Amino acid sequence: MTTDLQSGISRRAFLQGAGGLAFCAAVGADGFRLVSQAQAATLANTLVTPWVRIAPDGTVTIFTAGAEMGQGSMTSLPLILAEEMDADWNKVKLEWAPADPRFYGYTFNNVQMMQIVGSRAVQLYYAQLRVAGAQVRKVLIANAAQKLGVDPATLRTEPGFVVNPAGGQRLSYGEIAAFGEIPAQLPAVDPKELKERKDFRLIGKQVARRDLPAKVNGTAQYAMDVKLPGMVYASTLHSPVHDATPAIWNGVQPNTPSSEPESWNDAEVKRMKGVIDVVKLPNGVAVAADSFERARAGRNALKVVWKKGKAEGFDSARAMEDYARVYADPGAKVSPIETKGDVKAVFAGAAKTFEAEFRSDYGYHAQMEPLNAVVRINDAGDRAEVWEGSQAPDASRKAVAQALGLKEEQVTFNQCYMGGGFGRRSLGDYAAECAQVAKAVRRPVKLIWTREEDIAQGMFRPQSFQCVEAAMDASGKVTGWKHCVVGDGEFLLQTGIRIPYYGVPNQSIERRGVSHGVKLKHWRAVGHVFNVFAIESMVDRMAADQGMDPIEFRMEKMGASPKARKVFEALAQMSDYKAPRPSGRAVGISITERSNSLGAGAVEVSLDRKTGKIRVHKVWVAVDGGLIVQPEQARHNVESAILYGLSSVLHERVTIKNGRVEQSNFHDYKLLRMSDLPEEMHVQFVDVDTRPTGLGEIGNPFIAPAIANAVFRLTGKRLAHLPFTPDKVLATLKA
Amino acid sequence: MASFTLNGKPVKLAADPKSLLLWTLRDEIGLTGTKYGCGAGLCGACTVHVDGKAVRSCMTPLAAVEGRKVTTIEGLSPDSSHPLQKAWVEQAVPQCGYCQSGQIMKAAELLSVNKKPTRSQIVRHMDGNICRCGTYHRIIAAIEQASKEV
Repeated sequence: MTTDLQSGISRRAFLQGAGGLAFCAAVGADGFRLVSQAQAATLANTLVTPWVRIAPDGTVTIFTAGAEMGQGSMTSLPLILAEEMDADWNKVKLEWAPADPRFYGYTFNNVQMMQIVGSRAVQLYYAQLRVAGAQVRKVLIANAAQKLGVDPATLRTEPGFVVNPAGGQRLSYGEIAAFGEIPAQLPAVDPKELKERKDFRLIGKQVARRDLPAKVNGTAQYAMDVKLPGMVYASTLHSPVHDATPAIWNGVQPNTPSSEPESWNDAEVKRMKGVIDVVKLPNGVAVAADSFERARAGRNALKVVWKKGKAEGFDSARAMEDYARVYADPGAKVSPIETKGDVKAVFAGAAKTFEAEFRSDYGYHAQMEPLNAVVRINDAGDRAEVWEGSQAPDASRKAVAQALGLKEEQVTFNQCYMGGGFGRRSLGDYAAECAQVAKAVRRPVKLIWTREEDIAQGMFRPQSFQCVEAAMDASGKVTGWKHCVVGDGEFLLQTGIRIPYYGVPNQSIERRGVSHGVKLKHWRAVGHVFNVFAIESMVDRMAADQGMDPIEFRMEKMGASPKARKVFEALAQMSDYKAPRPSGRAVGISITERSNSLGAGAVEVSLDRKTGKIRVHKVWVAVDGGLIVQPEQARHNVESAILYGLSSVLHERVTIKNGRVEQSNFHDYKLLRMSDLPEEMHVQFVDVDTRPTGLGEIGNPFIAPAIANAVFRLTGKRLAHLPFTPDKVLATLKA
Repeated sequence: MASFTLNGKPVKLAADPKSLLLWTLRDEIGLTGTKYGCGAGLCGACTVHVDGKAVRSCMTPLAAVEGRKVTTIEGLSPDSSHPLQKAWVEQAVPQCGYCQSGQIMKAAELLSVNKKPTRSQIVRHMDGNICRCGTYHRIIAAIEQASKEV
């Protein structure tokens, strides 16, 4: 059922395809590399899977490991390989890479994995895909040279052809594939042999993403759209009380922890029309029925008595106030994140010190496609197939195998388009849940969480409390920096808390952890959202205190790094931020790093002082993202993150009372709509030749402080609690 | 029983008239371009046309479309050639793409009654359709482009 993304050719047909060159991926001591099929076949007990295949008709099939949730890396990754092999992009077909990290993973902390998070797909795959493409090109040249009886060094390539300038011959890749052989040992590639930037034909050029046509006529296949013969539908009611540990985001989860069902109206629900079965899960009760509407009706009719979960009685507003006490408690457990110089001494001897508190509420992913999966188990119970849109196909496969007591090799994972991901879809939990239901009802199952369930069982961006302190010397230079973040979620709390783009010599950055049992997860730049808000609000406050221009203050008094200077200079030029604005509007500035990219941004805002509603009119951001593989797509990513950020800053907030999430759908979890759209968004990439870095999240974290800083310029008041909903803005204005 | 015209062809189904149009289209008839987003008429991912008007199929029972003309994204044009579909590709609107069938159907309703909408008319008309990836500005550009063609 795995299908070619464009033509619908099945994997089976692909493997059995006659003729042509099939390159295989294998894993050696040096990680991913291409080997010939013959050699790979001799690797004892090694799974061998085709990576690039060239058909005699010239069609080049490239597997893509770019899990596609809208960011476009499904296209970007094979494009990198195609660039180095000099493929004719019009003849390149894409196919989803199988869920096998040994062949299709990148190496991270010495582990092969396929997880696409932190917007790092291009960053992590760039080098290995270039080498893979160069190897294929070398093999094609070697075969052509032999055929033509010339020295391979005299040949060159054009898209889809090996060309012999001396003899005037042109051999297409398809022609070569028809007679060519792959050497037992694929040629090594010296980094010097890779293309120079000036020779790129695809990288850095205007190349359309491949998924566009199917996304305007309803044919793009999401897991939600998969239908199998004999398939039934299921929907789950989980315990409304979460039962998680602080690091549940880290690892495979067959069932995300909510408290266990004790008893429920089993017979009553089983009697409902179309209901096939009611299945107990470790964290909920699933109803399977002959249609989704009936499964949902059954789920809605469930009356369950739950065991107690860790989040029993939890109140998010009260917890926030506890955080301040944890911060003030000298006996609290502290996890240091950064310690530099002598903070104590520099604060004791400072000419001036600053201190400010910040708060940020829980955030929900709100991907448009409610979580769902399809699972089919064979009659013998020793093979399972999964259809899911996953940011981590390897993790999903593992979670399903765990849930069914199978080995990973017994599970086939079929990737689908994702209707948004944003960090939520990398645990395989809902696929594993679907597998448990499929096993119980002994039929293929499509499991769909209702939107209400998707929110109630959200894995949130953690809420946090922060205190930032800074010390200034007599010249106005910032010499000391203290930042403490308090909250749940461990590592999630601390992303973006370091300030490598500033040169403050004495630093003490720490986290103080608590645990509420609430499920937490990566969320488009997660900790950056509140950490950068706190950092850049504090920096702006000091600039204002010194009566300095906000960019000049960052350059002169914060010791901005050369990379930061560059993006600030680009921002200053593109935004003309010093120019007078229309009455009632002001500009705010900030900077953020994310996934090794750096972005400086500015927003122009106005404020309705009666209603407390903030309006963002214009946004500018200058980004150093290294070499840009697909400029147009990169721009889309940054724009998307700007609006994701804006949505969270203006509207989004999850509150938990009595252990239960209070929001249930888009009427009370509000998202940005078209009427909130800024009139202008300007994205500029600084022209650099360094390796590509992450771009899907760099547009998000700078928004909150930039808005808060602009509001300060308008009103003299500092917003200190995310999101900036009208009620909070009004309260700040009155304070 | 339910009978209506779907993308120009008559449809007769042995279905409960209380069944919702969304799930009938998707799971009974197999037209999966229309999406489930919220199930409560709040996001617009399930937008289809009934007698040319955009409706939320997740809230529409079959009884409400009895004898009427239903058009889904699959029936907007036979070959993705509707000016909006072409403009959507040219402006590279879709990211995750999940909401886009609904966005296009909602925009098609606008152009059918107002061939040259202003930006503010577009915003007012489209405000009920959520795009979580934030493609709103490109949606506006695509509608403006398509409006030159219709």
